[in-house]
This record gives sequence, structure tokens and C-alpha cells, in this order.
Amino acid sequence: MTSRKIRIMVAKPGLDGHDRGARVLARCFRDAGFEVIYTGCHQSPEQIAAAAIQEDVDLVGLSCLSGAHRTLFPRVIELLREQGAGDIAVIGGGIIPDQDFPRLYEAGIKAIFTPGAPLEAIIDWVRTNIKK
Amino acid sequence: MHFSKETLNQSTGLTAKWEEEVRRSLAANPDQKARWSTVSDLEIKRLYTPEDIAQTDFSLGIGVPGEFPFLRGNQTTGYRGRYWTFRMFAGMGSAKDTNARWHMLLKEGNAGLSTAFDFPTLMGYDSDSPKALGECGRCGVAIDTLEDFLALMEGIPMDRVTTSMTINPPATVLWAMYCAAAERKGVPLAKIGGTIQNDMLKEFIAQKTFMCPPEPSVRLISDTVEFGTKHVPNWNTISISGYHIREAGSTAVQELAFTLRDGIEYVEDVIRRKGLDVDEFAPRLSFFFNSHIDFFEEICKMRAARRMWAKIMRDRFGAKNPRSWWLRFHTQTAGCSLTAQQPYNNVVRTALEALAAVLGGTQSLHTNSLDEVLCLPSDHAVEIALRTQQIIAEETGVANTIDPLAGSYFVESLTNEMEAKAWEYIEKIDAMGGMIAAIEKGFPQMEIADAAYRFQQQLEAGEKVMVGVNKYANNGKQEIPRVDIDERVEKEQIARLKDVKRRRDSRAVRRDLDDLKNACKTGKNVMPYCIAAVKDLATEQEICDVYREVFGEYRDPGLF
Repeated sequence: MTSRKIRIMVAKPGLDGHDRGARVLARCFRDAGFEVIYTGCHQSPEQIAAAAIQEDVDLVGLSCLSGAHRTLFPRVIELLREQGAGDIAVIGGGIIPDQDFPRLYEAGIKAIFTPGAPLEAIIDWVRTNIKK
Repeated sequence: MHFSKETLNQSTGLTAKWEEEVRRSLAANPDQKARWSTVSDLEIKRLYTPEDIAQTDFSLGIGVPGEFPFLRGNQTTGYRGRYWTFRMFAGMGSAKDTNARWHMLLKEGNAGLSTAFDFPTLMGYDSDSPKALGECGRCGVAIDTLEDFLALMEGIPMDRVTTSMTINPPATVLWAMYCAAAERKGVPLAKIGGTIQNDMLKEFIAQKTFMCPPEPSVRLISDTVEFGTKHVPNWNTISISGYHIREAGSTAVQELAFTLRDGIEYVEDVIRRKGLDVDEFAPRLSFFFNSHIDFFEEICKMRAARRMWAKIMRDRFGAKNPRSWWLRFHTQTAGCSLTAQQPYNNVVRTALEALAAVLGGTQSLHTNSLDEVLCLPSDHAVEIALRTQQIIAEETGVANTIDPLAGSYFVESLTNEMEAKAWEYIEKIDAMGGMIAAIEKGFPQMEIADAAYRFQQQLEAGEKVMVGVNKYANNGKQEIPRVDIDERVEKEQIARLKDVKRRRDSRAVRRDLDDLKNACKTGKNVMPYCIAAVKDLATEQEICDVYREVFGEYRDPGLF
């Protein structure tokens, strides 16, 4: 079997620069044996969707701590779908209040991880839910 | 410190006996864990003794408050003359919303203002920019033009209250608005006081709020230093910040070293570019540190920082004015130490961190609110945070005497150790050719990433504990009221901006921006041109777009 590694893109949409979580997670995904692309801070949803398609990733992990997740996370999914890449799974993390969960799930976010989520739980989720 | 031969002999003898006892005791009752270290993973000994500080020279290493090397504080009289400034960071929604919070804080005993801007303002975009989508007023106050700024300052006595503004790439613009607002209120520039954070190096290193590349970013900072020196003598034109370096996951030693090395870079640039004498501007440099949860490590960091900066200014730069040797600093308790789980525990964490900052001799303090890890702070949470400072100042008695932990074997030894480790970093960065060169190599960024990752792994392994997260967690929820920013804030702000653009003299704005562009290209100080532009109601983004056009834009290299 020569199945390729799971490819994950970690991305920070919007103007928020709190990238500690995103960078720790990127490294942790790499150590877990996934292939990781981190696009850095200040990416627009358009840039993120384009990069995800170009890099042919299996999963996009979005991180936002500014409160703009409500607008930006669904926008990324919308753009992926518009470009025929609705099969790329999108998960989110950051300071996301419980009451925002339903609208994000409804928009197509597959999982949400908030501060204190063990890295292992995130990796397990990826292994269980992402098929190469 | 000098100990008599007799004392040292006694200490050596008694310590040897004690070590024997420890070994015996451990055989029966082993320690709970093999290694004891600070939150930064600095290993700590079981006991410190006179031998640990016997090499410290008293007058050169410790001394008295108000004298070189200022280990024990800048102020000769300590906190008896005045406490540190209770300065709560606040900003949300519209300028009017934030102004209301400020008036509440001043009424409750807050002594100085501190402004949180929203992300578009922090990054130099107007509220109607596509990049601002979803961000307006969320993490702070939205400011687009001088009219917003005047609404922010409504009823604030600008000749008496000092204001700190956490603003970096667009610092020239917001400071220009402050100057223009003061003029509008009839307060001369020589009378206003406050701080702009204006520290771009730590943005590239840690906070990631950037606009132009490092070199021109530092040039704009030198412009503000020069303008302040000549026209706004009571303004702190840079707040050289370790706070964000720490929040990004650095160790305490890295915070100390990178911050002071950033300071060196700014001083060198001002001297080289502006030809100012170091003593003309150095007294207005200020600093900003984090107070994290590891109590003694923080106290020692702050003490070491004062002593190191005094040496840097006197010995490296040849500063002669003792005021130039002072490291004056603001402190904020550590946002990253707070937990979303069991949020009321955050009150306790913040109180301990604030106490460490006071024992470390801070001049100014923000205490985080218990809900800041979840949302913008509520009035009630902010009041508890402010009261925490007032309790420390007026009930606990810790302000009675100066630097009460001086002379402690442990505290002095840890202070020395942290200083030595920080010098090693500074020498390494010097050898790389300075901080800009080090940033271009990704050096401080990767050192921090390594430390953050190490801490996360220790947390996962249970070697480090966050109560309520990886130990003593429970599923029961502590519900707290949450502040939410209404989406109407964005609509109203954009409407205001449109209205200003309709009313203003666009030809004058065009001319102002052309003049500014010319100043950027020819190396003239940009501040007078910024002030002229904001007075004619140029928007923040219009001014920043000039910088982007002339200097180019910096992109996050995405190191991890």
C-alpha cells in the first residue's frame, strides 16, 4: 500500500494574529505523521480556499481568536463549494462561544475545538474522520 | 553579597548535614516528581543558601532604590509617594461605547486610560475595507477618522489623564489623532502625556500585527521618537513589549532577552538615523512586561530587567543621565494563563500575577478580567479586576516597603541566573547582526515556537498543570454572562465613515497624502504630515495605504 499521507492545511483567516494555537497544532500534526501546510496569519477566505484547492488538501483547520469566525469560517466553506471542492473537510478552533456552534455546524464546519482541547483528541478526530 | 567567613562556614556545614537528611528522607518518602521547574521550564533547586549569592557584589549588583543598577526600583521612595498606575486596558464597539467604559473606569479609581483597538484599526484598515469583514468593534474600538477619535476622548481631561494606546503599524496615525484632538481641546502638546506601543519588532517576533517590512517599520518608529523628543516631551513614544512575546509561548528568559534586545535596536536606529544624543530621548523609552503565573520567576525577571537595562544604557550606549538608565514598565497579567474552564478561578490567577508584578516593582498595571478568555470583559468582571489591584495596594501591606524580597537567597540567585541566560541570547543576536537580522533568519520566532510546543507537550503529559483543564477538570459548567458586540456596530461605523468622506474637503486630503508620500520617500519626519492629514479627516487606511505603497507590505512567513 502506498497511500499518501493525510494532507492538512492550517490557516488563520482575517486580521487576527494570535497564532500560538495554530502553530502548535501545525507542529503536532506534523509529528503525528500528517503532511502540513501552514499559510501564516492574515489570510482572506479567498486565499485560503484557493490554497486548499491548489495544494489538494484533505482537511483545512481554521483558527480565529478575534470573534470574526462567525463570518469568516462559513465564507471559506462557501468558497470551497463554489469551486467544486466541497469535499475538503473544514474544522475550526479558537475562542468560539458555545452559542455559535450550531450556526457553524450548519454552515458545514465538521468539528470545533476550543481552548484546552487535548492535541490527542484533535489527532484522533482527524484519523477517524478524514479519509485519504 | 558579602557574608563573613564564619557565616559561610556555618552555612556549608549545616547545608551538608541537611543534604544528608534529605537523602535519608527521600529513601523513605520520594518526591512527588523528579524535576521541579518554573512554568518556563527553568529548573529550581530544593534549597538556596548564602553560597548561591556569595559572589554578588552588593553595591554593583543590588544597591538601593533610585540608584544604579536599579535592581530595587527606580523610585527612591518606592510606592509610598504614589502607587503604580491602575491602568485598565479597555475598548470595544464604537468610540462612544468605549468612552462610556472609560468614564466608568475613571469614576471607580482607574488612574490612567489604555486603549484597545479593533483588528482593522490595529492593522491600518478602515471599517469598510473587505479585509475588515466581521471584525469591526469586536476586539476593541473601531477608529477610522479624527471624528471617531474626538468621540473617544469626549469629556476626558487630556491635560490631566494619561492615555496609553496599544497601536503598532499605524501608531503615527493614531498618535497624530491624539495630538490633533488635544489641539482641538486647547491642550498644548507639551501638556499631554501617554504612551503609544509602537514596537514593531515584537510584532514580527510574536504578535503578528504588521504592515510594512522591518526596516521601514523601524524608521517610522524613529520618526515618532524624534517628534516626541522635540514637541511632546511627556509622551512615551515606544513601549518596548515582552508581553506578546510571552503570550506567544516564550519562556520568561526569552521575554526578557528579546525585549531588551529590541530596545537596543531602537536606540541604535534613533542615534544613527536621527543623530540624537542618547540622553535626549532615552528617558522616554518605556517597557511592557507580562506577569505570568510562576510567581518568583516573574518577580526575578522584572528585577533583572531593570538591572540589565541600566547596564545597557550606561555601558553600551554611554548614557549619562540617570533617567536614561531607568527601565520604566507597565505590566499586564498573563492572558494565556487563564482558562475557559471554571472561569472564576481566573480571579485567583490574576490576583497572584498582579501581586508578582507589584513585588517586581511595576509602574503601571492592567489586571485581566475573569472572562477575557471567553469574550470582551463585562463591566462586573472589569470591576473585580480593578478592585484586585486596589486590594493589593491598600489592604495587603506589600507596598509598605520597597522590594521586600531583596536579599532572599533564592530571589537574588534566580534574578542572577535569568540575567545571565538573557545576556547569552543578547550576545547571540548581536552576533547575528542585530534583531532585524535575527528576525529575518526566523531566530526569535522559532525559539518561541519551540518553547510553546514544549509547554504544550508538558501539559499533555501532565508534567505541567492547568487547574480545571488537565487536572481537577469537571464537566459542570460555570456559566458567566458574556458580552457580545452587536453586528449593528459595523453598519453604523461604516455609515459614519461614508458620511465623513462625503463632507470633507477631498482635495485637501489628496494634497495631504501627497505631501506625506513625499516625506516618506525623502526621509523627512512623517509626524507633521500625519497630523495635517488627520485634521483634514483623512482616514486611517488612506494614510496607511501611503506607507504600504512607498515601503511595501510584509507577509507572514508562516514559520512553525
